[in-house]
Amino acid sequence: MQIKYKSKMVIKDKYRLFLMALPFLVLTFLFSYLPLHGWLYAFYNYRPGIPLRENEFVGLYWFTSIVSNPTQTAEVLRVLRNTFAMSTLGIITSVLPVIFAVFLSEIKSSWFKKTVQVLTTLPNFISWVLVYSFAFALFSTNIGFVNRILIQLGFIERGINFLASNKHVWLTMILWSTWKGLGWNAIMYLAAITSIDPELYEAARVDGAGRLSMIWHITVPGIMPTYFVLLLLQIANFINNGMEQYYVFQNAINKEYIEVLDLYVYNIGMIGTSFSFATAVSALKSLVSVFLLMIANGLSKVVRGETIL
Amino acid sequence: MKRRNSSRQDKIFNAVNYSVFLIYTLICFFPFYYLFINTISSNELTGLGLITFYPKGIHFSNYIQVLKLKGLPNAALVSLARTIAGTFLTVFASAFLGFLFTKKEMWGRKFWYRFVVITMYFNAGILPWFITMMNLGLTNNFLAYVLPYIVQPFYIILIKTYIESIPNSLQESAQLDGAGYLVVFFRIILPLITPILATVAVFSAVNQWNSFTDTLFLMTDSKYYTLQFVLYRYLNEATAIASIIKSSQGPVSTNLQNMQTPTSVRMTVSMIVVAPILLVYPYFQRYFVKGIMIGAIKG
Repeated sequence: MQIKYKSKMVIKDKYRLFLMALPFLVLTFLFSYLPLHGWLYAFYNYRPGIPLRENEFVGLYWFTSIVSNPTQTAEVLRVLRNTFAMSTLGIITSVLPVIFAVFLSEIKSSWFKKTVQVLTTLPNFISWVLVYSFAFALFSTNIGFVNRILIQLGFIERGINFLASNKHVWLTMILWSTWKGLGWNAIMYLAAITSIDPELYEAARVDGAGRLSMIWHITVPGIMPTYFVLLLLQIANFINNGMEQYYVFQNAINKEYIEVLDLYVYNIGMIGTSFSFATAVSALKSLVSVFLLMIANGLSKVVRGETIL
Repeated sequence: MKRRNSSRQDKIFNAVNYSVFLIYTLICFFPFYYLFINTISSNELTGLGLITFYPKGIHFSNYIQVLKLKGLPNAALVSLARTIAGTFLTVFASAFLGFLFTKKEMWGRKFWYRFVVITMYFNAGILPWFITMMNLGLTNNFLAYVLPYIVQPFYIILIKTYIESIPNSLQESAQLDGAGYLVVFFRIILPLITPILATVAVFSAVNQWNSFTDTLFLMTDSKYYTLQFVLYRYLNEATAIASIIKSSQGPVSTNLQNMQTPTSVRMTVSMIVVAPILLVYPYFQRYFVKGIMIGAIKG
């Protein structure tokens, strides 16, 4: 009698738990799965305002036009060049947080260390709009801090318009993202360093090892596994630069070099009129990006015996 | 002899090391300081770019004047409202789902858990997302700032892992006493997981406060502009900002020296945008650090 009662309760419970989760599962469907149907727009000649079905169905036209239409090919290649440049610079500068953490952990004064940490991680928590506002205040032509100082020191005679310049765009972009992220990205490595066995250092000291040699032979190998994982994640995100940073810094003059894939899709799809073409480019991008993630995951499995997902 | 040599090397190493970190830290902090001293200096000097290292002609009227700008108080309210509502709902949903997903008896638990978590790894792209939001009636709608961010797989994983590390006996004894799932969740689980909830809360609050692109995509009605978006417009639309200042300025009431200029408005609004982060960050830094650490262990 009692067993029967209990089993009835279990059945009820399992559906009740599901029903409690249901509203959130619906939200997940609406905002993460439902948008996938938007890829259909890449197969139509869509004009905003007209229902999808009433637009002309063009099949793979937009996809093939990426390679068959010379102007579009040139545009996509230019945007890919910028994307690759930014991501490659991002991968090169990914060693900076490692160096930052290694040398910061060599500092003995704990208040100094703490102050450095708080103040260098702060920029990570402000928006790109605000970073742009800082750039505006510091680098604008007439009254910006940098121009004032350079003029006062006699290096230049008239202000330089740093922000509206098509020179060194990639470099300035990577400098800003380094300024924003360096301190924060070092935190993982700092934690990895604190988990290195102190006896290793003790033994090395007894053997007469100097400071730099301890860094090179103990600290660096100790954080390499962490670095490897983060590097793989960065490779997986090679074509996902996001658009916020580039959007706020873009202007008519630097556009040729600043437009990365995500920004390009926005510019031609939302501002311009090539909605369907932009959707085709973005759908391809999403597929390539999933593929890259799978490669990075496989690589991790082979090298570390562990997946990153 | 050798020892002395190495201690000298040590001293050089330390000197270089400390100086490099000092300089870099100053570079990180200087923009915040620079903007601040400009907002409290005489607007005339600020407009000429004459404030570089310390404030001159200190006054605080900018912070009052700027609130009279058309649309700014409303933008501040929108930013505040989305941060509070968004953070609350995200924290609650993450905690609740994290809890539900620890219940092995849930119907299709594994499937639904994967259904949620896998969304971290793909993205339909911004245009399909925009179309979807439009079809759902979420353009020019405050709900667009809240609903899409309620279910966040990363936070759910964090909380689920945290709950699984708590001994199960507490829940079991409560259930023996006849407590249902909701009672167990609110009375037993929630109080135990507050440390991880604090971490999730600060992360999602910062993300909400800083969010910019969703306004750009979805909102054309200035009623829904956020502070970030308004600041971006002030930075880019020189003529627009001049006319806004003109229309908001009282006829003769302000003195000439501290009249609002595009520069003073931009800088003051920037300071208002960054102020909550500056005020909150030093106290909550450990939560941020903890968040990234737990994430690292999982990843």
